[in-house]
Amino acid sequence: MIYFDNVSKLYNDGRSSAIMEVTFQIEPKEFVSIVGHSGAGKSTLLKMIIAEERPTQGQVFFESQDIHKIPYSKLPYYRRKIGTVFQDFKLLPNKTAYENIAFAMEANGRPDDEIAENVPQALELVGLIDKAWNFPGELSGGEKQRVAIARAIVNQPDIIIADEPTGNLDPVATYEVVQILKKINDLGTTVVMTTHNKGVIDELGRRVITMDGGRVVRDDASGKYVV
Amino acid sequence: MITGIRRVVKAGFVGFWRNAYVSLSSVFVITVALFVIGATMMLDQLLVVSLKNLESKVDINVYFVTSAQEADVFVLKNSLEAMPDVASVNYVSKEEVLAQYRNRNQTDTVAMQALDALSENPFGATLIIQAKETTQYENIARFLEDQQLKETSQNPLIDRINYNRTKDAIDRLTSIMGAVERGSFITLMVLIGAAILITFNTIRLAIYTAREEIAVMRLVGASNAFIRGPFLLQGIMYGFVAGTLALLSIYPMLVWVGPKTAEFFEFNVYDYFIQDFAHIFLVIVGIGVVLGFVSSILAIARYLKV
Repeated sequence: MIYFDNVSKLYNDGRSSAIMEVTFQIEPKEFVSIVGHSGAGKSTLLKMIIAEERPTQGQVFFESQDIHKIPYSKLPYYRRKIGTVFQDFKLLPNKTAYENIAFAMEANGRPDDEIAENVPQALELVGLIDKAWNFPGELSGGEKQRVAIARAIVNQPDIIIADEPTGNLDPVATYEVVQILKKINDLGTTVVMTTHNKGVIDELGRRVITMDGGRVVRDDASGKYVV
Repeated sequence: MITGIRRVVKAGFVGFWRNAYVSLSSVFVITVALFVIGATMMLDQLLVVSLKNLESKVDINVYFVTSAQEADVFVLKNSLEAMPDVASVNYVSKEEVLAQYRNRNQTDTVAMQALDALSENPFGATLIIQAKETTQYENIARFLEDQQLKETSQNPLIDRINYNRTKDAIDRLTSIMGAVERGSFITLMVLIGAAILITFNTIRLAIYTAREEIAVMRLVGASNAFIRGPFLLQGIMYGFVAGTLALLSIYPMLVWVGPKTAEFFEFNVYDYFIQDFAHIFLVIVGIGVVLGFVSSILAIARYLKV
């Protein structure tokens, strides 16, 4: 589904690198965790999947499409196939929880009746139906992240990309977010997540890709957190 | 398509309202800029009209000898009217001149007694000539002097021409008019330039506060048109509201200053504002709306690169 083919990202005319010669593949319906120290290149990998960063070398494919050959004007259509969750939530501060989720559908050109049906469902799934009309400023970190997840899944994307989704959360909120991601994966959506959190990885017991110094140093089908 | 437009419009209005603080301060700053443009327009109009009034008071008078035949005076009148520089020529007969003199000097008993003692009218007929531009009086005066030179001493027609007496005043008025027109044009341009920069910067700041939101919108798959739309609408709304507020704040000022200008300049700016309101509204609100729209387009472009 996603294929990294010998991908490198270099900075300062090649004197420093974020990732080096990375090759791996992600199959549909997988739950893949990418672990590693800060600066290991985890986030850069995810940014390449949503075409926020371009590789200096190599190619990244989504199904059979080279992501970085998609023209700028067609990027929105590509990004609608992906749900993205960020460590800092990135909710729109002047929109309520409901409107933040509805925005992703409106941007997608979905009709009103579909929005009215799907947004409450997504809120239900993340357990925030009673906070639908609260603004992000009125929600806790864990609640914000659950809204962000609801926004990511509401368009029924093929894949969810989550960059340190639990990085800013307390243990209880972390547990809740991971459970939600697991549930989404069980319903058939591919999930790719970066994390620092050993507990999360050990609890999941799914595929783990370990990165160090920009390279993939380990790729275990049901891994543990070993760095 | 229609759903998209409806959503963009709704998002624009909701954004304007929810960002009330940013909207309010932007509108306020743009209002001040547009107010200055509006006030300058009023001042400019006041100057132009009062100079036109002054200009219409300038004329050349040709005084004819008492024995001049009315037919000869009309020949001269016709040839003057044929000149391209001449705007109008008024004939005042000797009887009218006398009547005017009597009218002016009613209280002066000595003059009246002297006039009564005379057996005949001591005044000649007069032509009052107005040029289209103050610069053209010199030509007209030269033409009249040539006419005077051609006359024979047996059959005199023109007694005197009052151009030389008023020449200084006419020259000064001509140079003042030129300076005022240039000055007010430059002032208006400078103020419009300042208003453009102020508006652009204000809207750029307003959009700067939303830069992260714009990036997020791109990342969740919104198209540029869908992201840009509400911001453009807000820019237009800033301009529209600011233009309207600027006109509303000019209004009471004119109510107060209108009668004073009517007294001093013989031109009531308040009446001008009311009569020409549609035009003034279009200019001020139009400048606001166009500025808001263009500034928004320019300001948002840099945040859409994600």
